[in-house]
Amino acid sequence: MTELIASVISRSIAASTPLLIGTLGEILAERAGVMNLGVEGMMAFGAVTGFAIALHTQSAWLGLLAAIFAGALLAFIHAVLTVKLRANQVVSGLALTTLGLGLSGLIGRKLIGKPLQAKFSGLDIPLLGDLPVIGKALFGHDILVYGTLLATVLLWLFLYRTKYGLAVRSAGENPLATETMSVDIVQLRMLFVVIGGAFAGAAGGYLSLAYIPAWIEGMTAGRGWIVVALTMFSLWDPLRALAGSLLFGGLFVGQYFLQPYGISPNLLMMLPYLATLAALVQGATASTTRGRSAPAALGIPYERGER
Amino acid sequence: MSASHQRLEMLGISKRFGSVQANYLVNLSVTAGEVVGLLGENGAGKSTLMNILYGLHRPDAGAIFLDGVQIDVSSPAVARVYGIGMVHQHFMLVQNHTVAENIALALSDAPAWNPVPFARAKIEEFGGRYGLKIDPAARISDLSAGEQQRVELLKALMGGAKWLVLDEPTSVLTPREADELFILLKRMTGEGHGIIFISHKLDEVLAITDRVVVLRHGRPAGECRTKDADQASLARLMIGRQIDKPSITNLTVPGDPVLEVSGLSSAGSRGPLTVNGASLTVRGGEIVGIAGISGNGQRELLETIAGSRPASAGTIRLCGTDITCYDVRARTAAGLAFVPEDRLHTGTVPSFSLVENAILRDAHRELFSRHGFLDNAKARERSERLISEYEVAAPDSDTPLRTLSGGNIQKFLLGRELDAAPKLLLAAHPTYGVDIAAAAVIHRVILERKSAGAAILLVSEDLDELLALSDRIGVMFRGELRVMFPREKVTRERIGLLMGGAPATSEELRC
Amino acid sequence: MLTSKWRLEALSHPSSVRVGTTMVLSILAGLSLGCLLFLVMGVSPVTAMTKIAAGSFGSWYGFKETLTKAVPLTLIGAGLAICFRARIWNIGAEGQLLFGAVAATWVGLGVGQHLPGWLGIAAMFGAGAFAGGIWAAVPAFMRVRWGVNEAVSSLLLNYVAAEFVQFLIYGPWKGKTQFGFPYSDDLPNALWLPTFYGSRLSWFPLVLAGAAVVLLTVISTKTRFGYDVRVVGESPEAAAYAGIPFGRTVFSIMFLSGTLAGIAGAIEIAGVHHHLTYPWSISSGYGFTAILTAFLARLNPGWTWFSAILFGGLLVGGDVIQTSLGLPFATVNIFNGLVLIAILAGEFMIGHRLVRIQHPGDSR
Repeated sequence: MTELIASVISRSIAASTPLLIGTLGEILAERAGVMNLGVEGMMAFGAVTGFAIALHTQSAWLGLLAAIFAGALLAFIHAVLTVKLRANQVVSGLALTTLGLGLSGLIGRKLIGKPLQAKFSGLDIPLLGDLPVIGKALFGHDILVYGTLLATVLLWLFLYRTKYGLAVRSAGENPLATETMSVDIVQLRMLFVVIGGAFAGAAGGYLSLAYIPAWIEGMTAGRGWIVVALTMFSLWDPLRALAGSLLFGGLFVGQYFLQPYGISPNLLMMLPYLATLAALVQGATASTTRGRSAPAALGIPYERGER
Repeated sequence: MSASHQRLEMLGISKRFGSVQANYLVNLSVTAGEVVGLLGENGAGKSTLMNILYGLHRPDAGAIFLDGVQIDVSSPAVARVYGIGMVHQHFMLVQNHTVAENIALALSDAPAWNPVPFARAKIEEFGGRYGLKIDPAARISDLSAGEQQRVELLKALMGGAKWLVLDEPTSVLTPREADELFILLKRMTGEGHGIIFISHKLDEVLAITDRVVVLRHGRPAGECRTKDADQASLARLMIGRQIDKPSITNLTVPGDPVLEVSGLSSAGSRGPLTVNGASLTVRGGEIVGIAGISGNGQRELLETIAGSRPASAGTIRLCGTDITCYDVRARTAAGLAFVPEDRLHTGTVPSFSLVENAILRDAHRELFSRHGFLDNAKARERSERLISEYEVAAPDSDTPLRTLSGGNIQKFLLGRELDAAPKLLLAAHPTYGVDIAAAAVIHRVILERKSAGAAILLVSEDLDELLALSDRIGVMFRGELRVMFPREKVTRERIGLLMGGAPATSEELRC
Repeated sequence: MLTSKWRLEALSHPSSVRVGTTMVLSILAGLSLGCLLFLVMGVSPVTAMTKIAAGSFGSWYGFKETLTKAVPLTLIGAGLAICFRARIWNIGAEGQLLFGAVAATWVGLGVGQHLPGWLGIAAMFGAGAFAGGIWAAVPAFMRVRWGVNEAVSSLLLNYVAAEFVQFLIYGPWKGKTQFGFPYSDDLPNALWLPTFYGSRLSWFPLVLAGAAVVLLTVISTKTRFGYDVRVVGESPEAAAYAGIPFGRTVFSIMFLSGTLAGIAGAIEIAGVHHHLTYPWSISSGYGFTAILTAFLARLNPGWTWFSAILFGGLLVGGDVIQTSLGLPFATVNIFNGLVLIAILAGEFMIGHRLVRIQHPGDSR
């Protein structure tokens, strides 16, 4: 029984990691005022690129770097369209999803079924790793899991404790006022959309380099959309995103543990999506209380006054 | 740094937006210790000129000089380096953040790590020096307009501003708060600040400034020392001709009650009541004015009566019929017309043509649609009629409404609402931001309706307008409609105090 | 001295020539970029484009396939155009189509054989339309009641619908006559839509799509409801002021577009597959592609048939390059995505132009 619990926790954490990475990125972009619905596409493109490079160079780290770069590249398109050309953020995000999924299909066509040696595997942490239950549940993960946790805390500190983080939050609330305080809104938003894309790419890289070290077409399986929903559920707060993604990671894993009880796997597969819908409702009702609402300028293109 | 500079000048400034010449060869200067009034009608180019000074716009021609040396103000950051600060009419504050967070973002010397405590300490320091008390931990959205203005002033002063531009600073203040501001400005000039005070209110300019520069249609219209000027001479410079005060012929005898509101409350989007137990009656042939600082529930009161905001308690009767449960369309059909505060995005749809805007509130009526199909010919007919009857300057009925000036949009909107000869007109700030000629037309039309027997409920922040038009005047404060005076029994000063929250005397309450 | 400089100026009234040229150039730019990507990835763009063009428009058979795919795209795209006009982002047409297909199958297998053919078909389409509408009403309700972003919620429902279809075909509805394949039983023959010789195209869906285009064009341009929808999209505050009920409008347009998607689902069952099958076979991404269809038509329902034929051709092309070049079907998404990106950039070009302005000289 303890063995089972340890395994559920351990696998939940692994399943939640790509969700958390993606959500952190989307939080950054949305805090700056830009919604990016292209996470699914950026994740898929990141996953395939990361896998291809890792396979080619035999280095998981180079693969991850490539995944990050791939996500950022796609996000750059979104940044140009929505920030520079003030295109509709919903539509541009959908275009990104479509393009990313298409690219992953094209690039990945010869990678399907190839085994990957250069992957991120579980660390062997002495002492801690040998603890009963907890050792297996918490201390046997790959380096990226711990890196993501660290990133969560750092991002929280960045947003709430630094001047630049304050500028980012202000940009999403009132870009005009922020611009008069010598912050270049266009540049800042472009930057944070691209950084958000880098995170989405990394999330994809985690899928293909650590979670399931392989390339399977459509392996993102809607995680990008769950990320978008989790961002709303998290009320744009990295720490709440951590809690939310653990919950969803648990759901992803939980369905496999319920299968032996004769419930149709297809019905179980609906669970994460249905839970996400519930979370959306929770987030939407919670964000009507003050101080936790969506960034006031989210989704609204910023037009710099004519000069 | 800039502190020792004595004179800031703008010479030959020209700026064009599309087809509009916002500024043309304008000169303006200010010396240390002086308050310069920049006077002009709405749309005369005052804000554009100041946005150029603050680096928000680049001039097409002309230059800025500091003690005779040309400076290139390419951005607000550069402006601040030269000691130029600005308090915008619409505050440049993040509503969802605290005072300290807003200030921290503005301070160039705030540390990159943990800037908020630093800002908090500085707020205490500066607040004490200038007598600007403010709680650094307060959220901006919880502050009154006057307090928010103080935050803006602090922000500018803490940023090292020697030259301060104040854009229509009194438009959001109670008369008492305005007096406090004037005292503060005197104190600042005493410390060597130079101040540019933008306004279109003659009495204020005469009260506070040392020198006045007047703009008309973006061009310099004159400049004089304040002590050599009076209301009439300034008005002539500003408008180019004599202005006629609306002449009130208060001959109509109020008829039967048209609007009867009792105990009306409306919940805000975030909990507390925005309208709290308001009761009032407006009779036919009567104008009732509601005074109050923006944000005290006047807007919500009108919206609740019009039906676009739900009432949480109370009743509304129109000509004796209880319309509390009616929706917007049923109320419109019952004879209620409404000119809302935000004419561009609420009162009209800016991207729609005039034809489409002409039926915004009546598209469902049989007059303009049959079996669900719109009758475009009828809509066009109405649009053409409004254009000619209300002197709307528009090329034709098919132009998008947004290409019209504020005054013309307002005339069109007012005309549309009055087209079906309503029994009750609700009007919010009908002349706000409108040029004087259009304002005169609007006032004339409202008075004509009054003579014709319509009941009119008028909300305005312009006390002069209220005092000139209303038969009775009420004051709203924090969602409560207090006291209702007959026009002849109240003074401007008394209304000002009540707007600021002064308690009403028992005698007044009995009125 | 006169100085002059170039400046970007907004155009309030772009001419239709300007709009048309820019759209055509955008499509060409999107397709060219796609070709470039193929080149980079070691696939000859000439071969790929020739295969796509030949497969979709090069033969009578191919063109009929293109039309077969253009029908659901037109139906869904026209409905989405109305939604997007109101700035209501229905991204869930895929799920609405699937639910329409499920309901149509259910009616067809259940009561279909007891009714005369035409009545059975009518019942199938009615059920499909209703089910699609209901599936779209869910995100509409969540939006109106709780303020949940409808783009995300409607999209998540796509996944739920797809899993539900799979649950049915692997589970309770698994056909006894399908040799173990996860399909439902076939519809009785009387419920199959008659097709043109040698194709999967039938006149009935073509008529339906045409009727939908005409109907929605009339609704959006001539009726009060269309007017209300545009007011809601342009300014929700103005809609509240005018007494246009926001919730009811959102419901109506979501239900309407869901209905059209549900009809598309019924067409796939009655006209193409004749049984419930894998979700990705019932719809080759119609719900998504219809979003592009609506945008290429610049949200005019009257033009959706045109953009539907173009994207229908691309979808057929996707099948062709899958079989002849061994590329995954998803690759055709590259073209879709790039065309949409180019259209978005094109919108900016339509709305702005470079002008040269002259100023009076400096006074000093």
